[in-house]
Amino acid sequence: MTTIRITKTSRWFGNVVAVNDVTMEIAPGVTGLLGPNGAGKSTLIHMMSGFLAPSSGTVTLDDRTIWRNAPVYSEIGLVPEREGMYDYLTGGEFVLANAELHGLADPGSAARAALDTVDMAHAADRRIATYSKGMRQRVKMASALVHEPSVLLLDEPFNGMDPRQRMHLMELLRKMGNDGRTVLFSSHILEEVEQLATHIEVIVAGRHAASGDYRKIRRLMTDRPHRYLVRSSDDRALAAALIADRSTSGIEFDTAENALRVQAVDFGRFTTQLPRLAKDHGIRLLTVSPSDESLESVFSYLVSR
Amino acid sequence: MLYNHTVARLTYRALLGRRRALILCALPALLLVIAVAVRAFAGVDDRAATEILGGLALATLVPLIGVIAGTGAIAPEIDDGSIVYLLSKPLNRRTIVTTKLFVAIGVSLAFTVVPILIAGIILNGNSQQIATAFTVAAIVASVAYSAVFLLLGTLSRNAVVLGLIYAMVWEALFGNLVPGARVLSIQQWSLSLAERIAADGADISSDVALPTAMILLVVATVLGTWYAGERLRSLKVAGDD
Repeated sequence: MTTIRITKTSRWFGNVVAVNDVTMEIAPGVTGLLGPNGAGKSTLIHMMSGFLAPSSGTVTLDDRTIWRNAPVYSEIGLVPEREGMYDYLTGGEFVLANAELHGLADPGSAARAALDTVDMAHAADRRIATYSKGMRQRVKMASALVHEPSVLLLDEPFNGMDPRQRMHLMELLRKMGNDGRTVLFSSHILEEVEQLATHIEVIVAGRHAASGDYRKIRRLMTDRPHRYLVRSSDDRALAAALIADRSTSGIEFDTAENALRVQAVDFGRFTTQLPRLAKDHGIRLLTVSPSDESLESVFSYLVSR
Repeated sequence: MLYNHTVARLTYRALLGRRRALILCALPALLLVIAVAVRAFAGVDDRAATEILGGLALATLVPLIGVIAGTGAIAPEIDDGSIVYLLSKPLNRRTIVTTKLFVAIGVSLAFTVVPILIAGIILNGNSQQIATAFTVAAIVASVAYSAVFLLLGTLSRNAVVLGLIYAMVWEALFGNLVPGARVLSIQQWSLSLAERIAADGADISSDVALPTAMILLVVATVLGTWYAGERLRSLKVAGDD
């Protein structure tokens, strides 16, 4: 059982603060590191994998400092986001080299087992240069698993994977989490994280915005005020009916767009009340579109709480 | 530990695969063709031998191969990020550097020393020890170039260009115009060894005294290797954030 502890850790590059006073604990099981692009997820993963020194604070693996401490790599499996990976080798040679570099007693059988785990044994004799993106990702996985690490760190592992490959990888990570390994993966897609992670850490603009299981994160995200753009056959009558209901906190008549801008405070109630009110008043709804559903706005809400 | 077999194997494959192997073969082949041609048309001529081995082999072939082998042993991996797979292992990073240095030296020697010796024998049958002198000079120069260019590979993304500028502009051009530049020239250091080995009648001369040259060669090699290790120990792998 291995735990990664990040304690009051900041990392800045010149004047830019990439990670700002973050404290979190990554325990056994599958943890999702969720946040928009540029939030500092990669910087955090680089610090957890010993490729970046924290500017302040500490990053440890079971109380051992990770930075400049090569022996900890016996327990860490790393799946980097970048694609560079010795394209002139075959997948089999690549995984074997990784096994040898770990100093394993029987690198050959360890490599074969890892390739079997990711279902790549059939392509082990092909050069990596000929692999598809999904195959490359799986061979990267095999190289990270070859020494059976207790910690697995994956930087945006689902990028560029097709749905079938994605499902296969999710299954594999879930299994590793159930085996008691500490699995951490980063993603900017809430649904992805929700499906896989038992625990979610949200990072926004370098700050630790939220932490909890997916239900808690989902609730945080749906309880926020939602904004909608609504067009109907009678906007003013609809506006009057909506503001009378407690699910709505504000309405603006946008003359340029010729539409209503509605702010809903109770997401669940609003979605059932809007069509009901319209029907009761004989109003036809022409457009109902969320105007702030981008992940960035969800995150910035979480941060400004 | 100074050597890791797996790191060495990966480095050899990177250096000797792809287009690099072609360039590595083409340069010494050119030297041999010229040697055969000169011998055929001009006969045995110590002066021609010195000029070709000094001007072409030691001043051009050795640094060029050194740039290819030294930077090629590490720079491409840092560039495309694949070095991560070496660094994320319970492996001393100094071992990675020294292993790569050994491979770079090995490749440099294979593609310079042997062809230079053969070219020298073709040119004048090793009269006045000229072939031996330049062969030994090429050995020490290859070691120092490998270390310096390996370091350059850990310092800059433009290691090949900077290496070529050092070899072609600093050593060749400035060396001819500004005498002081020759003191900081691997070529001159190795030349001072060649001067000592060759018979007095051979027209080989270096601007650097032999003891100074030997000290500078060792310092450049050791310091370069040490600092490359330092670079690798704190190498930051660029993220997208």
